Amino acid sequence: MEIIIGKYNYWIYISLMMIGFYAMIAKKNLVKKIVGMNIFQTAIILFFISTAYKKDATIPILVKSQEVINPAQYINPLPHVLMLTAIVVMVSTFGVALAIIMMLYKQYKTLDEDEIIEILKKKK
Amino acid sequence: MNLTEHASILIIVIPLIASFINIFLIFLKRTLCYPFFLLVLGICVILSIDILSTVISFGTLRYKLGGWTPPWGIEYVVDHLNAYLIVIVSSISFIIAIYSKDSIKKEIAKAKLPYFYSTYLLLTTGLLGITITGDIFNLYVFLEIASLSAYALIAIGEKRSVLASFNYIIMGTIGACFYLLGVGYIYIITGSLNISDLTRLLPSLYESKVTLTALAFFVVGIAIKIALFPLHRWLPDSYTFAPSAVSAFASATVTKVGIYVLIRISFTLFEPRFLTEITPLSNMLIWWSTIAIFFGSIIAIGQRDFKRTLSYILIAEIGYMVLGVSLGNKEGFIGAVLHILNDAVMIACLFMIAGGIFYRVGSRNLEDFTGLNKNMPITMSAFILAALSMIGIPPTAGFFSKWYLILGAIEAKYLISAATVVFSSLVNALIFFRIFEKIYFTKKEVIPQYTFRELPLSMMIPIIITALAILIIGFYSGEIISSIIKFTVPAGF
Repeated sequence: MEIIIGKYNYWIYISLMMIGFYAMIAKKNLVKKIVGMNIFQTAIILFFISTAYKKDATIPILVKSQEVINPAQYINPLPHVLMLTAIVVMVSTFGVALAIIMMLYKQYKTLDEDEIIEILKKKK
Repeated sequence: MNLTEHASILIIVIPLIASFINIFLIFLKRTLCYPFFLLVLGICVILSIDILSTVISFGTLRYKLGGWTPPWGIEYVVDHLNAYLIVIVSSISFIIAIYSKDSIKKEIAKAKLPYFYSTYLLLTTGLLGITITGDIFNLYVFLEIASLSAYALIAIGEKRSVLASFNYIIMGTIGACFYLLGVGYIYIITGSLNISDLTRLLPSLYESKVTLTALAFFVVGIAIKIALFPLHRWLPDSYTFAPSAVSAFASATVTKVGIYVLIRISFTLFEPRFLTEITPLSNMLIWWSTIAIFFGSIIAIGQRDFKRTLSYILIAEIGYMVLGVSLGNKEGFIGAVLHILNDAVMIACLFMIAGGIFYRVGSRNLEDFTGLNKNMPITMSAFILAALSMIGIPPTAGFFSKWYLILGAIEAKYLISAATVVFSSLVNALIFFRIFEKIYFTKKEVIPQYTFRELPLSMMIPIIITALAILIIGFYSGEIISSIIKFTVPAGF
């Protein structure tokens, strides 16, 4: 019980990741695959951000008048910054994937994986 | 300003900015795009050679980005291994840029050419960035720059390339995300992202489960990116249907840079003893790569499409390099690092020849290769050279790296792996001699009467350069090992 409640953020990230993973592998619709991919990536953002959190800590802004700095008072800003970059990467991946889905739709007039494979088989 | 001092940052910034300038050149003058593109890659080659010579004479280069001292700032570290890979990536990218001039015109619409050049420059930036950076998160960003441009480049190929590219996106994203998770775990336990800092911090944490989880995520993530056998599904389709210049460039560099990341993670981030004594990773990777070599070669026999055959041979070659890296002795490691260079040159040459045949004959099917030596004698001679090197016949380059790999496997007492390398060479011989027979020894009656002549000069020259490079690397492999590769062998071997 302790391991579930005490580390609930990891459980949530793992379950989110598995939902995304399932959608990427099992769903037949290509757009659903891409959405699964996004959930998968968002789970990683959650993972990074939740590790930065400290209880009763505040945002890391330095006040000039303050002389003694206690690191325990502030949450860790670095994972947030890393995730800003990762979000940019994820958005661009999503954009490229959507562009490719558009090309696929123009070619096959469908977004269902099975139907596309059948069209390809017929061509052979 | 001292150029040499800033060479390690310029080699990233120049192609990155050039790729955006290239798009604006469309509005100025369309014909300028190609010369500009070639010029930028030429500058990269010069800079990379400059970096290599600096590293050889003065040792490891360190560049602090924006003056921030590591481990807080991002640091670019260039040692012998990086410098070696930078030269490979930038030269291959320059050579194939020459090749792409005529070959790409036939495959994509003329209006889209400048965008092709821009994406190509971005791919080069990403690959150079992966090799040069000394920060594991920065490496992830460059990995994604390289992958995103690779997805786009593959999708502009034939009709079926779009679906291949989609599958590549799905697989590649899983790989990159696993890598990012590995970075996350490493960051949680050490609080640092700098590779040299981590080398210092990690040894006391080897017993921790978090370190082991991070390693597992790293290895699986990279294995997807380099298409190690059971995770190879994206590779054959992508490289078969991509434009010929793209498949030559991507096959020669993307997977090799992945191998470099594997070497960095397993021998710079962690110590060799972590892989052999604390975790069974080394042993696991040896068997994994042996299976990859075996199945890559077996599947390659059954293919009728030339580019697809080459893709499966490439999968076997990736197995060689992973085998050499994981053997954990000096010979195996030298073999792997030497094979990065040899395989990059060989596979680039073979894919360029495949593209050349496609350019003239319009087919990749092996059945249509009959009697091509009448029409394209020089290309076919280059093909023989590259194929002999792929089989591993001395004095071509492929022989030396395979020799070291087999020595390493025997020394580590993995006789089955050594036998698999020999077996795979024999399979390569079978595949290529079958093609030679088609090209040279078919009866005159069956030969179709083609009217075309040799390839255009811009496609001929890169093929000849790489074919000669195979011979030259073969002759000078001793010097390459003693002046560069010897210093890349990690301590503790």
